[in-house]
Amino acid sequence: MKKIILYIILITAAILCLLPFVWMISTSFMATGQSNVYPPKFFPDKFTLVQYKNLFARLNVAKYLLNSLILSVSVTIVSLFVNSMAGYAFAKYKFSGQKSLFKLLLSFMIVPAQVTMLPLFLMLKEMGLINSYFAVIIPGMASVFGIFLIRQYLLAIPDSLIEAAKLDGASDFQIYFTLILPLAKPILITLAIFTFMGTWNDFLWPLIVMTNDSMYTLPVALANLMGEHNQDTELMMAGSVVTILPILLVFIALQKHYLKGIMMGSIKG
Amino acid sequence: MNNKNKISAAYFFLTPALLAIFIFFLLPVLAAFVMSFTDFDIYSLGNFRYVQFVGFKNYLQILNDPLFWQALKNTFYFVIAGGPLSIAVSLGAAILLNSKLVKYKGFFRLVYFMPVVTTLVAVSVLWRFIYHPKFGILNYLLGFIGIKGIDWLGDPNWAMPAIIFMAVWKNFGYNMIIFIAGLQNIPEDLYEAASIEGASAWQQFKNITLPMLAPTTLFITIITMIGYFQLFAEPYVMTQGGPLNSTLSIVLYMYQEGFRWWNMGYSSALAFILFFIILIVSLIQLKVQKETAL
Repeated sequence: MKKIILYIILITAAILCLLPFVWMISTSFMATGQSNVYPPKFFPDKFTLVQYKNLFARLNVAKYLLNSLILSVSVTIVSLFVNSMAGYAFAKYKFSGQKSLFKLLLSFMIVPAQVTMLPLFLMLKEMGLINSYFAVIIPGMASVFGIFLIRQYLLAIPDSLIEAAKLDGASDFQIYFTLILPLAKPILITLAIFTFMGTWNDFLWPLIVMTNDSMYTLPVALANLMGEHNQDTELMMAGSVVTILPILLVFIALQKHYLKGIMMGSIKG
Repeated sequence: MNNKNKISAAYFFLTPALLAIFIFFLLPVLAAFVMSFTDFDIYSLGNFRYVQFVGFKNYLQILNDPLFWQALKNTFYFVIAGGPLSIAVSLGAAILLNSKLVKYKGFFRLVYFMPVVTTLVAVSVLWRFIYHPKFGILNYLLGFIGIKGIDWLGDPNWAMPAIIFMAVWKNFGYNMIIFIAGLQNIPEDLYEAASIEGASAWQQFKNITLPMLAPTTLFITIITMIGYFQLFAEPYVMTQGGPLNSTLSIVLYMYQEGFRWWNMGYSSALAFILFFIILIVSLIQLKVQKETAL
């Protein structure tokens, strides 16, 4: 009996989670105006790709998709290198002021990103980087959270491995590149997913620095489209599917690493 | 090994990150602080020489700005109603999923987590149509239990609850994962001992689960609250802060002042007030936690 009630609750919750997505996907395959009916329809009368054709042929969505992809991949790669080097230095080197420097960095996490946005915008504008990919990549290069995650992971790696490599005559950089990076692979994958998704889903910053239509990311383009096509339900749903689908696939493929990362990040440091 | 070499290697590895954080985080924070005491506006944007120090003028003006108080009230509404609701749903889901009676845990976890990873802007677009007063599925479903015709996003009394409900739907999966990890760290024999002594499920929850989860709950409360204070995309996409400014949030107001009207001095002051509020509330929570732990 207890078990049945449990399953009823769990399944109802699962339906509530999925229903909006199901409705979104099926509406995206309807002809224009078809979803504006009562009672709402959960399946198209006639399956059509006209909304998607519209998005890609008329509304430049391929370009936005490409922008989102380029930015998410670049930020991920650059920040993985920058953060892993710093995390390695904090975990495996001893230098004066190390502890206080690390604590100082951690304390930065309490500052909301919005505080930096106005001067950062002015700075990038002076550098002529507004409406360029650098406007998103540069502020995303280093993250305290990333450094923290990698440091915690590397602390558990025995020093003897590094000492052995040194005796073999490996340089510091060789050790980082050929020993540490491969050893840190699990945490790097986790951090890569976090960064990729964070960049893909980010809205406020790209909204500020990508003001030129051709530089929009998918979320910025979608919000903009909403202004113009606010009655055009089917088109907007197709746009949402295009925005959500890539990130959902990445998540489903790599969910184990992602969930592990959340739990690691939540362990008090 | 040469010690000097070692140190220079450490600096070599640290430099890119520290430089990036210094130039693109620390300097902007300091600059924003300075800017909040200036009249930086659209004219200054053309030529920095027009900028003048105005002391506390922006902060004083904010205190007399009805829109600021409205935005502050709305933001607190979202944090105080939405935060605990999200956390309660997360905890409930975690406890159900942690039950030994449940199979297919991986499946349920995946489904509950899907809204978390999806793009907030897309989800806001989607929910705008779900909330449609005539054709939306929410009003259709509510029609079965006799509730009819609520204009969710068009009614100033319902717009914020609608945004809160969507936020709970979107976010509960994240904290659920952290709670599950916390639950799994509670030793099983505590429950066994309590069962032998005849403690009810509710008593066990109150006297074992909640106290054992306290550090997890504190962590979750702080990150959820910090996140919720930064409410932006939902009102930007769904209501533009309306109707009648009932969903205008601090960050949305800051964005409008700073990047629509280019009142960047005023906007910086708003940003610092937000920072200050987040800092104070986090410190209060840490303090409360310490005192109850003693």
